[in-house]
Order: sequence, then structure tokens, then C-alpha cells
Amino acid sequence: MKPSRLSNCGNWVLDRFPVTKFWNEHMAHYYAPKNFNFWYFFGSLALLVLVNQIITGILLTMNYKPDAKLAFDSIEYIMRDVPWGWLVRYMHSTGASAFFIVIYLHMFRGIMYGSFKHPRELIWIFGMLLFVALMAEAFMGYLLPWGQMSYWGAQVIISLFSAIPIIGDDLSLWIRGDYVIADATLNRFFAFHVIAVPLVLVMLVFMHIVALHEVGSNNPDGIEIKESKDPWGHPVDGIPFHPYYTVKDIVGVAVFLLFFATVIFYMPEMGGYFLEHANFIPADPMKTPEHIAPVWYFTPFYSVLRAIPDKFAGVIAMGGSIVVLFLLPWLDRCPVKSIRYRGGIFKKALFLFVVSFLALGYLGTQPVTPIATILARLFTTIYFGFFLLMPIYTRWEKTKPVPKSLTKAHSLEEQLHAIEEQLPALIKEITELKPVTTEIGHPAFKSSFFNRRPNPDGIRNVATRLAKKLIESLD
Amino acid sequence: MNNKGVDKSKRQFLTTALTVVGAVGSGYLAIPFLAQMQPSVKAMAAGAPVEVDISKIETGQLIRIAWRGKPVWILNRTPEVLSTLKSLDNELRDPLSDESNQPPSSKNPGRSIKPEIFVAVGLCTHLGCSPTFRPEIAPNDLGEQWKGGFFCPCHGSWFDLAGRVYRGVPAPSNLEIPPYRYVTDTRIIVGESSEEKKA
Repeated sequence: MKPSRLSNCGNWVLDRFPVTKFWNEHMAHYYAPKNFNFWYFFGSLALLVLVNQIITGILLTMNYKPDAKLAFDSIEYIMRDVPWGWLVRYMHSTGASAFFIVIYLHMFRGIMYGSFKHPRELIWIFGMLLFVALMAEAFMGYLLPWGQMSYWGAQVIISLFSAIPIIGDDLSLWIRGDYVIADATLNRFFAFHVIAVPLVLVMLVFMHIVALHEVGSNNPDGIEIKESKDPWGHPVDGIPFHPYYTVKDIVGVAVFLLFFATVIFYMPEMGGYFLEHANFIPADPMKTPEHIAPVWYFTPFYSVLRAIPDKFAGVIAMGGSIVVLFLLPWLDRCPVKSIRYRGGIFKKALFLFVVSFLALGYLGTQPVTPIATILARLFTTIYFGFFLLMPIYTRWEKTKPVPKSLTKAHSLEEQLHAIEEQLPALIKEITELKPVTTEIGHPAFKSSFFNRRPNPDGIRNVATRLAKKLIESLD
Repeated sequence: MNNKGVDKSKRQFLTTALTVVGAVGSGYLAIPFLAQMQPSVKAMAAGAPVEVDISKIETGQLIRIAWRGKPVWILNRTPEVLSTLKSLDNELRDPLSDESNQPPSSKNPGRSIKPEIFVAVGLCTHLGCSPTFRPEIAPNDLGEQWKGGFFCPCHGSWFDLAGRVYRGVPAPSNLEIPPYRYVTDTRIIVGESSEEKKA
């Protein structure tokens, strides 16, 4: 058949730009373990939310004014006067919270199934860098509406840097660009929020995925699917990412969007957790709101900061609570990856960690009281205990035996036997004459014709010779 | 034609030399890029002194003024407050203000030039929130031990009515006292110290 003009055009591009190669490497021929459960939705959902943030963010910059005198009013202008501005803004603000929900679940999945362990340490490191960049992005974005919470939240976080000995004061002055949070700070945070940090985020996402596709995905059983391959070199327990997981992820996306849309349309402020009430008052440098708290996704770390009754030590502890996550691949000494085959002590420790993380998160939203401080100190201890005692308790672990593969691998003899059994049927199918109806042109001119008959002996000979060669090469 | 082969040490030298020159050049270029984030001349010039009339502040009343974009408090302290201040020393981290930030004229137990008029930068020395003025004694939310002072809602730091920090709270030092001087008995200038004027 003569190639069409369209396919000629396509080939012209493919000769110069390897779209197909890229697609095959990362989608169609990328083998992912076949036992992914719902925890594996959150990676692709994070990507979806990132796209949401970029698109709605670009739309918001079209009406937002990064100026201390105009910023607050320009947000209200977007909410009231710009067509559909309220939707775009709520998609962006809800998207920020959704991003952290998805990322926290994604990280928990990694801890639970040991996805940070050898050989995936770098994927975890890139992921943690993404998390830090995401926190910077969210923090700087939160200043932009220039409300009371924006202002005093930024004041507190930038003051964290002033706790660093010697260079601290100059460093925080350099970050602010003024002696207090002012127009200069707002303007530069806008630049970081819309250009610098998003570029870093996209680059890190790329590195995260490249590293993942190099070593292959982990799975709920924590086994390496590359270790058992079929005669064609594909992992026995793997299935191509496309179409199997692209289709599966669409289901995850649908469920996610159901929740996402519900929040956007019915509870965009989420009772003051996604958009805090004090942020509907313009920034006032003279007066701190009665009760200030960061947005919910920072509260666990904020609680750690508040729990320590010393400025510098508090900042160190808060930084440490994030740094310690980076070290996870080297703190966990247990060779077994998945929680399914790990000992009870790890399960209990992980449970305590999750409880203390949630409790710290809750306490961070509450005012300081003596009881809350004691509780925050207790949970901070558990939080750090989970990580710092890990090298000890993971060694005691009584693990269960880990299966080598999900499916029983067949020996070569068995496979050959199966082929031999199927061979007559196969040959019959190939060689039997069947009228083939094709529909070319108008239905009125339907034509029927017979295939040319292949030589059954020839096919049989070729098949046996191939099988013999295969056995030889494997020996 | 030279057929002695490649002189690898020469190549290595050229590579190293180029790397060093490139690194130094990038280092120099980084200076203006980083320095342009410093406060601008306009921002530095904005710190002009502020003159305030204090005659209308009633006893026990606190007013807030803006100086360099920061809140500055001026409080007219009652005699009871001044007598309470003396009894707090044991509960404070730095009662004599040895490790705190104030002009010499305010380095005394009451941390002021005139005992009753207290002037301070209203930003917590912990992380820069503006503490709330709580002059009442033993309110429900703060408990029995509260003798009147400033409470930081962000991280729970306690200060007395001389801006001195209590023990066991996150704030490391007493509230900052800005330089200020009396023009007349009823007017003060915040941003100029009395020491500078004498000199």
C-alpha cells in the first residue's frame, strides 16, 4: 500500500524526534508489577494536581497584582468580577491542599511497602526534594493574597532563618528584601512562586520518573519483578504500563475528581483549613491575629517547632523532622521491603508514627495551652523515635519469608510442552482456509477471497528449530 | 605533523585552568545576582524617626505606632504595675537585660527612660509575631501565674510589662527597645537615641 501523506509526515518527524521510542520506554513497553493496589494511584494523581496548579496558576497571574497595595483587592476582583475567576481561584487553592493530601499518602505508601529501599534510594531522595520544593512553593504562594495569615505566617517562617547563629539576621533580611515583610518580599515571592520553584518542581518530577523507570516500580509485595523473566525477556509479574495502568489510573482520577469537585463547589474554605478565616482580612503589620496557625499541611512540623522551649533548638528540631525523612533508606536495616512480610515491631512503630504525625498536625492548628505543649512534646518524641531508633528495632524484626515472584515460574520443559500441545491447533488455525470478508469501498461491492495457503510442515519445522535454538542459548 | 601522540598532561592542565577560570567568573556573576535581593536604597531610607505626642495616653493605656514598618508600643504603666515588676525577677530569663537588645538609657529593671512610659518594638523575639497586651491579672485562659504582661499567641511566649521574657518559653530574649528620646515632657521621638543627641 502506498503510504499516505499523513504517515509520511509522521515518519519525517519520527526520523528526527524519537516520540515512539519515548512512548514505548515509558508507557507501552514499561513493565509495571501487576499487583498494584489503590495506593499506587497517588503518583499519577500528584502529576494531575501539578498540571491543575500550573494551568489555574497561569490563569490567575493574568489578573493578580503582585503589589502590597493592590494584591488583596486583586484577589477579591478575581473572585467577584473576573468571569469564572472564583472557580479558577478555588481550583488553585483547593489544589494546593489536594497536592499535600496526595503527596502524604504517596509518601506513606513508600514507607509502608519499602519503596525507598535499595535500589530505589535515589527515587526517594528526588521525591523528598520534591516535597521540600512543594512546601516552599506552597509557603510562597500563601503570601500572595496578602491577608493577615499570609503576612504573619511569612513573618514567622522567615524569622526561622534568623535563628541561625551569626548569619541568621542578614539571611532573613536578604530573603525579605526589607526590614519587615513588605512590598519587596511580596514581589520576589511572586517571582519564586510562578517561575523559579515550578521549574525546579517540573525538573525534579522528570528526574523522579526517570529514576523510577530505570530501576522499575516496587509493589505491595516488595518483590523485584525483574528477577523472574519469561523467555521473551519480560518480567513474569509485569504488565505494560499502557494500556493496563493508564486505564486503571483513569478510575483513580475519576474518584479523585469527585472529591476534588465536591470541595471546590461546596466547601472551598474547608471550615478554615484550606483557606483560613483570618486571611480574608488585609495584612496589617501592626497587629497579629489572635490565633495564628499555618495551613493544615504544615502543622505537624509547626507543632515540633512549638514543642521545643528554645528558639534555635526549635528551628533545628523542625528542620530535623524533615531531614530525617531523607535518611530513611539508610535508617531502615531490614532487608524485607513490604509491610506484608515485615515483623510486628515495624508495624507497631509505623502505627505509632502515623498517630503522632496526625496528632502533631491537629495540635498545630490549636492554640498553645500547657496540656497541648506536653502532648506535642510526647508526639515529637515518638516522631523522632520512629526514625532514630529504626536502625535498632529493624534488626530485631522477625520477618516472614518473601515469595520470589507473584506467579509460579514455569520451567522451560513445561513451557515447551505447553507449546507442543498447542502446536497442532496453532498450525490448524494458520493453515485452515477461511473465507475472509473485507469491506473495501461501498458495501454494495463487497468482495470475498481466500488467503493463500501456507506450508504447514514448513511452519512446524521453523517452530521446532526455534525452540531448539532457544534451549541451546539458555544452557 | 606531530606523531608523538596526545600530550595528556597538557590537556589536563588546559581543562583544569578553564574550569577554574569559569568557576571564578561564575562566582563574580553570582555577586550582583544575589546582592540585588538586598534591601533597596529606598527601603533603607524609609527608616525615618517618628515623633509622638504621649500626653494623651491615659494611665494603663497602650498605643501602637508604626516605625520602619514595625509596630512600636507606648504604654503608660500604673504604679501597681511598676511595683509588681520588681517581684518577678526569679521567673524571668534575663531580668537585668544583659543579653537583650536596648539602648543604654533603657538598660534598667523597668527598661525605660522614665519609669512609667514604656516604649518597645512590638514584635516577639522568637519568630516575630506581635504579642497581645494582657494587663489583667490571672485571666482564665492564661492561668493563676499571669501577673499582667504581653502574651504571644503564635508560640506562647510570656513577657512582663517591661517586655522581659519569662523562663521556659520559646522566645530567647526580652523585647527589643527602640532608640528614642524625649523632645519635651510630652513628646518623644522614636528612632533617635538620647545618647546620639548628647554626643
